[in-house]
Amino acid sequence: MNKPKELPALAPVTNEQRYIGMSEPRHGAKRLTEGLGKYIDDLQLPRMVHVVYWRSPVAHMRIKKINKNAVMDMPGVVAVIDGQDLAAVCKPWVATLSHLAGMKSAPQHALAIDRACWQGEPVVAIVAKTRAQAEDALPFLDVEWEELPALLDMHAALDESGMVLHPDLGDNICFKRSLDVGEVDAQFAKAAVVEEATFKFGRHTGVTLEPRSQIAHYSADGRLTVYHCQQAPHMMQDLYCRQFDLSESDVRVVCFDVGGSFGIKVHAYPDDFATVGISILLKRPVKYVADRLESYLSDIHAREHVIKGRIAASAEGEILAFEIDDLTGIGPYSMFPRTSAIEGNQVVNLVGGPYKHKHYRAQLNVVFQNKTPTCQYRGVGHPIACAVTEGLVDLAARKLGIDPLEFRKRNVIPDNAYPYTGVSGIKLEVLSHEQCLAKIEELMDYPSLLAEQKSLREKGIYRGIGFATLIELTNPSPAFYGVGGARIASQDGATIRMDPTGVITVSVSVGEQGQGAEGIFAQIAADAVGVPIDHVRLKTGDTETIPYGGGTWASRGAGIGGEAVLLAGMALRENILKIAASIVQMDASQLTVKNGKIFDRLNNQEKIPLSEVGRIGYYRTDLLPPNFHPELTVTRHYSQKDFPFIFTNGVQASYVEVDTQTGFVKLLKHWAVEDCGRVINPMLVDEQMRGAIVQGIGGALFEECLYDSQGQMMNGNMADYLVPMATEMPDIEVAHVQTPTKSSLLGAKGAGEAGTAGAPGAVVNAINDALVPFGVYNFDQPVTPQKILQTLKLIP
Amino acid sequence: MQTTSISMILNGQKIQAEVEPRQHLVDFLREDQALTGSHLGCEQGACGACTVKLNGKIVRGCLVLAVQADGATVETIEGLSASGTYRDLQQAFLQLNALQCGFCTSGMLLAAAELIQTNPTATRTEIREWISGNYCRCTGYQAIVDAIAHVLEARQSN
Amino acid sequence: MKAAAFNYQKASSVDEVLNLLIKNGDNAKLIAGGQSLLPSLNMRLSNPEILIDLQGVEELKGITEHNGVIRIGAMTTHTEIQDSDIIQKHLPILHQAVPHIAHRAIRNLGTWGGSCVYADPAAEWPACALALDAVMVIAGSNGQRRVAAKDFFLDLYTTALQENELLVATEFTLSKYTSVDYFDELSRRHGDYAVTGIVCHLELDQGIIAKSRVVYFSVASTPVLAEGVQALLQSKTLQDLSQTTFIEQAREMAKSEIMTLSDLTNSAHMKKHLVGVLLERALKHIAA
Repeated sequence: MNKPKELPALAPVTNEQRYIGMSEPRHGAKRLTEGLGKYIDDLQLPRMVHVVYWRSPVAHMRIKKINKNAVMDMPGVVAVIDGQDLAAVCKPWVATLSHLAGMKSAPQHALAIDRACWQGEPVVAIVAKTRAQAEDALPFLDVEWEELPALLDMHAALDESGMVLHPDLGDNICFKRSLDVGEVDAQFAKAAVVEEATFKFGRHTGVTLEPRSQIAHYSADGRLTVYHCQQAPHMMQDLYCRQFDLSESDVRVVCFDVGGSFGIKVHAYPDDFATVGISILLKRPVKYVADRLESYLSDIHAREHVIKGRIAASAEGEILAFEIDDLTGIGPYSMFPRTSAIEGNQVVNLVGGPYKHKHYRAQLNVVFQNKTPTCQYRGVGHPIACAVTEGLVDLAARKLGIDPLEFRKRNVIPDNAYPYTGVSGIKLEVLSHEQCLAKIEELMDYPSLLAEQKSLREKGIYRGIGFATLIELTNPSPAFYGVGGARIASQDGATIRMDPTGVITVSVSVGEQGQGAEGIFAQIAADAVGVPIDHVRLKTGDTETIPYGGGTWASRGAGIGGEAVLLAGMALRENILKIAASIVQMDASQLTVKNGKIFDRLNNQEKIPLSEVGRIGYYRTDLLPPNFHPELTVTRHYSQKDFPFIFTNGVQASYVEVDTQTGFVKLLKHWAVEDCGRVINPMLVDEQMRGAIVQGIGGALFEECLYDSQGQMMNGNMADYLVPMATEMPDIEVAHVQTPTKSSLLGAKGAGEAGTAGAPGAVVNAINDALVPFGVYNFDQPVTPQKILQTLKLIP
Repeated sequence: MQTTSISMILNGQKIQAEVEPRQHLVDFLREDQALTGSHLGCEQGACGACTVKLNGKIVRGCLVLAVQADGATVETIEGLSASGTYRDLQQAFLQLNALQCGFCTSGMLLAAAELIQTNPTATRTEIREWISGNYCRCTGYQAIVDAIAHVLEARQSN
Repeated sequence: MKAAAFNYQKASSVDEVLNLLIKNGDNAKLIAGGQSLLPSLNMRLSNPEILIDLQGVEELKGITEHNGVIRIGAMTTHTEIQDSDIIQKHLPILHQAVPHIAHRAIRNLGTWGGSCVYADPAAEWPACALALDAVMVIAGSNGQRRVAAKDFFLDLYTTALQENELLVATEFTLSKYTSVDYFDELSRRHGDYAVTGIVCHLELDQGIIAKSRVVYFSVASTPVLAEGVQALLQSKTLQDLSQTTFIEQAREMAKSEIMTLSDLTNSAHMKKHLVGVLLERALKHIAA
């Protein structure tokens, strides 16, 4: 059994460190093993009604007339609301960011007006007493519509003589970018080895087990409460204020347990605004739960790219240059508010990231299509950039006859080179590629695997070993969104309050999505203040009670939320000691808080329990000096300002067996060495890594949204859209290198997405390594058995 | 709206209710009985989040009508938890981090409980196969396999 | 999604079922295990007015052995087949196939009869029924009739069941010969619908193949018998099956005689290729 070993201790960050760095189980998760989770669909409110959306059945249509009469007569139906009705209370929006120069998109409404631009775009809302009644009424809604030609191909979108999806915009390009650093042409000209390939990535989606769910409750007194499974409640609060002309004081967003998010639940969907708008119109709670079939059509999709890539290397095995041309197809609108250009932009920033070459050229085109809108999904551009980079690296290594691991060792940015600016302009604080490569070699016993691979090849069994070195951005500064005008906070806050009996309550603006945020905040708070962990309670997710902050995205929870908790905890500790000092008549510097009690630091003598501090501090302030007012509630905010992002690094390896007769791939084993700085809880990080890796494997081998020639999604259900299940997944060994960031006291970097960033590259490289004896390779994800047989030319 | 009377033993208690024939068992449990521990992830029987026990065997609660449970014994995660029969399994999940968001956990525990009953010497491979009908997006499945393996081993040595 | 409204009647005998079918005609659907029906109801792909529940019809249950005939009642669940000593002893191919059917929670309710009548081309039971020369016992208002498996599975989701008929049981006549069985299916994930599957059932008379059945499933709209391959197998010994020339010949025969249809992600060419691969693996395994 792979019980995580405790990691070598880093210098402690608090005086009494018992929990930070330890694999402490999540105390707050016990109720989830008892069926006591509270997910949005579990909630019932008085007078609550249910909404079902009539969604466009085709990729592109003109909406001509909506006849509601027959629906209104159906049992239980309370209202039928269309785009015009909603436009009276909800503004349209355009999702662009000013720091993505030249980006454009078209106005979008909560419910489509005039045109619906993707199969699944919500057009009409039917509100009824029960979901079943609303669904019963759906067939009676008479929408007169006319199908329009649909733009379904990225290359067609670039064709200037072809259809323009939004004529007002002039062309179909949402965003384009060119980057040209160094002397790329000269490098390719002189290189001993030039390898190129076309990399394809199939559009896929998040499939959170809990579908998107929301209850919007606008009450007659003008207050809006939205119960939502969302990663960024304050962002939604701000959007609801602006879209509906409400004051922040009157808008509350509440998140309870979230059944998985992965970025799918960090965006503002048209049906989010529609559900709120309906509640405003009806002045009663309205519940919307996307059923699974709707989720496939309406959740954001991601990662539809075709990338032509080239690598140039010298005869000595030095990587000289990379070049890419990335074409990516989004939906008809850039997604609100984080925009659909970020993924492609990140690909440009990240290709070649681990390596020390000085020459790089990239071209990006982000084009509109009549398909489900796309946006940030776990890892964002990283899995793509990494797969392209690492695929090209292997091609070059093989051409040169250099072992792929050795080739990487020679070309990564050295561990002593930091701080370092990458060729695309990314600023890297401190990474540990060399250490990680050395570590993975040992962890996987690379020489043994090579020997095993060789001997099995002679028996006609084809195994492959694939590597992926990666970098992953975490702990973003406002460089990500704020500078572009988005009202998305990059800072977070924590409020810690000591109650009279000495227990503490910690409110944090980063929420729990299952990743263990509350668990690590409890560990940090317990250590920072000096209390046992079962004296700590966490509150997250409710904008009414938590500090204002950014929430969960871009792997920022531990690094940014954790730092805020640490700072607040340390400040509270100071205040506690001040009170204690007064009580025991000693200097505060001679005292410490340990395990919920005040101790004399020098002789380790227990002085008073925290409950005594609480008793005096709350009820007997008459016993304290005249001008001294105890502050047993402390708030601290933290924002990472040293770098645009704090990058992390890692390396993964995949060991596979390819059945060259059937094309089926068996994943034998997977390894990951990850450097996310100070690891607050090894057990939590390890399974986060594994979950992220499995999610990456999904895109590499199984998951794709398949469309027919009319733009209809063909596999939008859980039998036909293949998500990874337990049998096919390998055991995954995770190890760590810890290079803390100096941008915070805690030194923690993010860890939630790195697994997804590296897994596809490692697995595809392993498959191609297995196929080396056949002289063929395949960079078309998902790599299905059929594609492997086609690559082997066993079938047409 | 035609309804039918049904009665069943639900988590050890006899109950009676009026249901529409079309209402599936999990909707009945969640909405009529306020037992929200069983979850809906797909309503097509693919994800396993709705797993409950019917007459002592695990089933997809979304693929059983409430009317079909008339006269039956039904056990949900709440009942399993209250009975204490699988406290070791629940604790192992917690100690070994076999859950993250918790949405698949109820179904996963019900499935694991039946494995413990039917194949107490299951190997890791057999565990993986058994839980292959339960979708988890958060973990890599490994911690879940670890937790179940741990419980099987502990029970064997007792 | 939530199913559209329907009425529900639980029957307690075959006669009652038949009467209800006649009374309601096209508006009625029978519910056996419900594991295929309920997803289609939940997704509103199917809209019956009344569901007739077979769960209470005792005559449809049970696995029995009598005078060399094994009878599997239509309402026997997949788990009951898996746990049955009779099946493991006499029809081991069924025992081999069960773990491939979906997942445990589905197998606890899904039924033999439901699977056969639904006739999904990727289903295991129709293929096994074909391979074992099973006989379908059907009840209708004119009494019972028997239909051989090879005449039962007619087309995609279409069987020889007429209106107002009910599959009651399936009978398997045990052979006096020694049986050798092989089952394999390729699926992307454990429990998924097969990409391609093969069922081989050989009966040996003193080491010589007296009868063979080679059935492919998930390649066409019904399970299909590889009759040409069967002809090649006739009168061979198991040893013969390991000869490279025989395997080549059998592969080519299978690939030429089996017409394959593509599915959502696997082309007809892919399936045809896999037809050959699965046969080769079957023959090598059986010969060993």
